[in-house]
Amino acid sequence: MRLWKTILAAAVLSLAAATSAFAARTDLTLGIVLEPPHLDPTAGAAAAIGEVTYANVFEGLTRIDDNGQVQPALAESWAVSDDGKAYTFKLHSGVKFHDGSAFSADDVKFSLDRARAKDSLNPQKQLFAHITDVTVVDPATVKVTLDGPQGSFLYDMGQVAAVIVAKGSADGNKDKPIGTGPFKLDHWAKGSEITLVKNPDYWGTAAALDKATFRIVPDVAAAVPALLSGDIQAFANMPAQDALGQIQSDPRFSVVIGSTEGETILSINNKKPPFDKLAVRQALASAIDRNAIIAAASNGLGKPIGSHFSPGDAGYVDLTGVYPHDIAKAKEYLKEAGLENGFSATIKLPPVPYARDGGQVIQSQLKEIGIDLQIIPVEWAEWLSQVFTNKDYDLTIVSHVEPNDIDIYSRPGYYFQYDNPKFNDVIKALGSTVDKDKRLELLGEAQKILAHDVPAVYLFELPKIGVWDAKLQGMWTNWPIEADDLTKVKWTD
Amino acid sequence: MTAYLLKRLIIAALTLVLASMVVFAVMEVLPGDPARLMLGLNAGADQVELLRNQMGLNAPLLLRYLHWAGGLLSLDFGRSYTYSVPVIDLVRERIAVSLPLALIALALSTIIAIPVGVFSASRQGQAGDTLAMGAAQLGVAVPNFWFALMLIYLFAVWLRLVPAGGFPGWGAGAWTALKSLILPAVALALPQAAILGRVARSALVEVLNEDYIRTARAKGLPYRAVLWRHALRNAMIPVLTILGLQFAFLLAGTIIIENVFYLPGLGRLIFQAITQRDLIVVESIVMLLVAAVILINLLVDFSYAIVDPRLRGRQ
Repeated sequence: MRLWKTILAAAVLSLAAATSAFAARTDLTLGIVLEPPHLDPTAGAAAAIGEVTYANVFEGLTRIDDNGQVQPALAESWAVSDDGKAYTFKLHSGVKFHDGSAFSADDVKFSLDRARAKDSLNPQKQLFAHITDVTVVDPATVKVTLDGPQGSFLYDMGQVAAVIVAKGSADGNKDKPIGTGPFKLDHWAKGSEITLVKNPDYWGTAAALDKATFRIVPDVAAAVPALLSGDIQAFANMPAQDALGQIQSDPRFSVVIGSTEGETILSINNKKPPFDKLAVRQALASAIDRNAIIAAASNGLGKPIGSHFSPGDAGYVDLTGVYPHDIAKAKEYLKEAGLENGFSATIKLPPVPYARDGGQVIQSQLKEIGIDLQIIPVEWAEWLSQVFTNKDYDLTIVSHVEPNDIDIYSRPGYYFQYDNPKFNDVIKALGSTVDKDKRLELLGEAQKILAHDVPAVYLFELPKIGVWDAKLQGMWTNWPIEADDLTKVKWTD
Repeated sequence: MTAYLLKRLIIAALTLVLASMVVFAVMEVLPGDPARLMLGLNAGADQVELLRNQMGLNAPLLLRYLHWAGGLLSLDFGRSYTYSVPVIDLVRERIAVSLPLALIALALSTIIAIPVGVFSASRQGQAGDTLAMGAAQLGVAVPNFWFALMLIYLFAVWLRLVPAGGFPGWGAGAWTALKSLILPAVALALPQAAILGRVARSALVEVLNEDYIRTARAKGLPYRAVLWRHALRNAMIPVLTILGLQFAFLLAGTIIIENVFYLPGLGRLIFQAITQRDLIVVESIVMLLVAAVILINLLVDFSYAIVDPRLRGRQ
């Protein structure tokens, strides 16, 4: 009896303590599933690096906002030459790096030259491929020359791998990131959490939060109690799965479903028979029922897509009706390919729920038209070496999360093994087109070619499942790039 | 005794060398390229090659083995590919969680298991025995991650006595740090206690049937004294063997519990390193664990000699 009283008293006390702490709250603990291997976005592709550092610790010349629009960042304005080849950026003055050194045009030149250098290990080196020269005009002005007009240049300069670093600290950024952002690294307890604190010398609008902690919660089952106990107050993208209903019905939390740039697709090895035949790929596309896959692989939250393009982006064309779910039609396509008795193939599935769950549904759907799929589960490391690098696969499921990446179908040697001169021409034209309307037109054309030619079967756009304390404001709804931008996040009471 | 000790040490050293070869070979056979993993889908093949060269992955196999094994001999465990910090630093951080956790869990499990085993053995076949062993059976059968989640919901979500997971570090104060180890330790200890309790019971039951126990009782010693002083001590050898195995398991095999409580322990570091193909981290830590297991086995062997004086004189 006494024990119970003690427990009860302790519970009441800790509840009271928790409530009073809410009053003028300026700290936030966010949950992330994967720990970044290091904190230098210019040296590693892991999405978790950008999640923690983008806009918080590091800033680029431009920045991408919640809606995928380009905004000024370290560059307060810019001018483009008439031929579209030269960009002159006017930089903010009075900007300091976290180690106290002053930011100037030299740092911009250093960062861009470093990223495009021959021995660059920048994971998105292609973003800088068209830069031919970077010139420091004066400490607050920098001129970037391109080999031709680049429609997406300003967007690219706002991407995670294009952030500006300082010459003196660039090599140490993996462990001690030195950026210009409103937060700086306080402490990284490896395997446990990364703590950022407010940068008192920030050049722009100061952040509302004094302290933000990214805590690594690798287990889906642990994420829910972590949230319910108040230990963690926000998941920018929660691995909620079946527990989402439980959280949605709890008034203490906001559940915000947003979009990402993750086109989840059934990738096809286009050079491997019988998938080199268009009719076989059309059969796949017709045999697949997207809604059933979305229900199983994404809690019914993903948006169906008919091509490699995010429904949230400008220029999106709804092509989900090109090959409607039709078993009879699918069988006809197989007959046309001379495979009316079906065939067997393999599907390699990486260790993510959307692939593992989606793969089983696709296996049973393709069985209906006589295609016998053997499921081979693989780890990411195996997927990268077998599927992506060696192209040793028939089918796979993966989400391509890079923004504006429709051009991957024109890249030579890419793992789709797809080569369509007509498509390549459209992408080439797109690269050098700056006019907005013309660009959207070309993007539409590219989407249509893919939808009809089926180099991959397009399944759905990966949703972003944002879950956070209902009193928290300013978290990103969408993920145009994978970033947990905390610059506008604040507690409301 | 010295000859025995020497022989054990030579066997231990040979085991280490053999283990280092196996560990290295297995990691080499695993498909996957750490450089590609780090640089991602958009990096060019030339960049991957450049990074492989930087990481020394393109050197001949034998050379890399010798380099690594030579480093181990001088206690240099190499640098992590992904974290790019010395492996030994990573281990030091993680062992500060894993070692206390394993020790607390082991202590808890012993404190529970020995009395339960004694209780059961002394009431062999009675209702109390059946009940205790039934509970132990349940303890072995219940999956520990499920049990861990139940603990979290009860003590962290509902009562809010302890955090639901995470580890604040010893710098946050001993009590704060300990608090976050209580639930994981309980979740780890209970299944171990169940196993240990059953072993203790059967060892005791066997000893209690020995002639000398009957003699002790016959000469008038109280049952309690016979049980605790004469019987238990002789039943300790199987118990110590299991304890040694459990400690080795608790040190690195706790990955599931570490995941559920998101503790930065050794098990999770190895798991993470395997998925990221941080070969050097996996290889070096596995070797450290091999060394730890060998050491624990040696200690267990010596402890036999302490509980059983007859073993002391033996060669």
